Amino acid sequence: MSQAPTPQGDAAARRLPEQLAEVVEEFAELEDRQKLELLLEFSRELPELPARYLNSYDQMEEVVECQSPLFLTLEYDDAAGTAAIFFAAPPEAPTTRGFAAILHEGLSGLRFEEILAVPEDLSERLGLSKAITPLRLRGMTAMLGRIKRNIRVHLAASAPVQGG
Amino acid sequence: MTEEKDFSQYAHPDALVSTDWVAQHKDDPSVVLLESNEDVLLYETGHIPGAQKIDWHTDLNDPVTRDFLGPQQFAAFASAKGITPDTTVVFYGDKSNWWAAYALWVFTLFGHRDLRLMDGGRQKWAAEGRELVTEVQTPASVSYPTPAQRDDSTFRAFREDVLAHFGKPMIDVRSPLEYSGERTHMEGYEQEGALRGGHIPSAASVPWAKAANEDGTFRSRAELEAIYTEQAGLGQAEEVIAYCRIGERSSHTWFVLQHLLGYDNVRNYDGSWTEWGNAVRLPIATGEEPGEVPGA
Repeated sequence: MSQAPTPQGDAAARRLPEQLAEVVEEFAELEDRQKLELLLEFSRELPELPARYLNSYDQMEEVVECQSPLFLTLEYDDAAGTAAIFFAAPPEAPTTRGFAAILHEGLSGLRFEEILAVPEDLSERLGLSKAITPLRLRGMTAMLGRIKRNIRVHLAASAPVQGG
Repeated sequence: MTEEKDFSQYAHPDALVSTDWVAQHKDDPSVVLLESNEDVLLYETGHIPGAQKIDWHTDLNDPVTRDFLGPQQFAAFASAKGITPDTTVVFYGDKSNWWAAYALWVFTLFGHRDLRLMDGGRQKWAAEGRELVTEVQTPASVSYPTPAQRDDSTFRAFREDVLAHFGKPMIDVRSPLEYSGERTHMEGYEQEGALRGGHIPSAASVPWAKAANEDGTFRSRAELEAIYTEQAGLGQAEEVIAYCRIGERSSHTWFVLQHLLGYDNVRNYDGSWTEWGNAVRLPIATGEEPGEVPGA
């Protein structure tokens, strides 16, 4: 996977998976204050955890890089080669919930290789760094990193070893 | 609900108000509530009726100089929030009033007289089931006269002041791992690192949150005295400097030392570790011990 070509600049933007590109465009069109409003809307739309995870955060992974508690977990459909992503964050952490909701909307259900190819600078592409200090955006980068790592671990553990 | 705490135990009882007090006085024309949170969207999800939002990142800092607002910008900001020099400004926020204390400290630099923290902050208000609304009220139309100055000497310290202060007590309010130098940043704030890990030589380590109870309220005066006066060795010091990483966590400790314990001359070194840890020719100490006063 690390050998995959790394597209640059506009080429990379074009290569974002469609559902993620739509989210990025939504943010890109807005003024800073409106961006915050949109992030708030996302935070409200973060789906509830499926019942099987409720009250069992210990089955999930805590993203310690986030200032507020955030838990995530992935479910894999190996036949389809896709991953569903689930997040949990408390209502007192709307910014963290907003980041999680962006990743949910943009990534959940995509194919493994599509998720792994998402550029690391995703949070910068949303243009939020003026309204939200860059360091707060770090939590989102950490979430993305952990999602990718989970997929890599899953692939290494489940896929038969192949050449090349 | 727990029994109301008696604020008269503290050195400056007027610097604190209870959630009950706020519930009773929030609509007084002389009172303005300012919510200051770490989470920049939290105010929008619901706040105390009538409270205005203050965003430490976009409202209090000069976007060009690494500094706070100047007097004119402050006057414009205060006016926009419906504040006059006679207003009782009550700050509250998330995370044990961490950012609320920071905003209060910045207001202090401009000499605003009546500044208070709501003990327990947003967490206590919400835990008591009190009303939170999303409606934003339009502040009263007022004009705050430009303060004569921003007082950068009484409650604020620069690096030169820290050098001159050596030999007197200093408090490092960061986490133990930042203090010892094993980490150059706070957990979760990896981009705010410094080139060197450690602390200012001779500074005692008292992580800021030690001053707060689980419910976000301040500890009792007796508990605070045990922590700061005794364990950290402040004793009856006349001058104390507190610092952290960029000066926000240490604002919380500044409030404790200045207003709750009544130390006369407490300054917040807001340059803090991001400046000191990166600065040329400034000495540091590593490990769990405070280390010696340089040149002593």
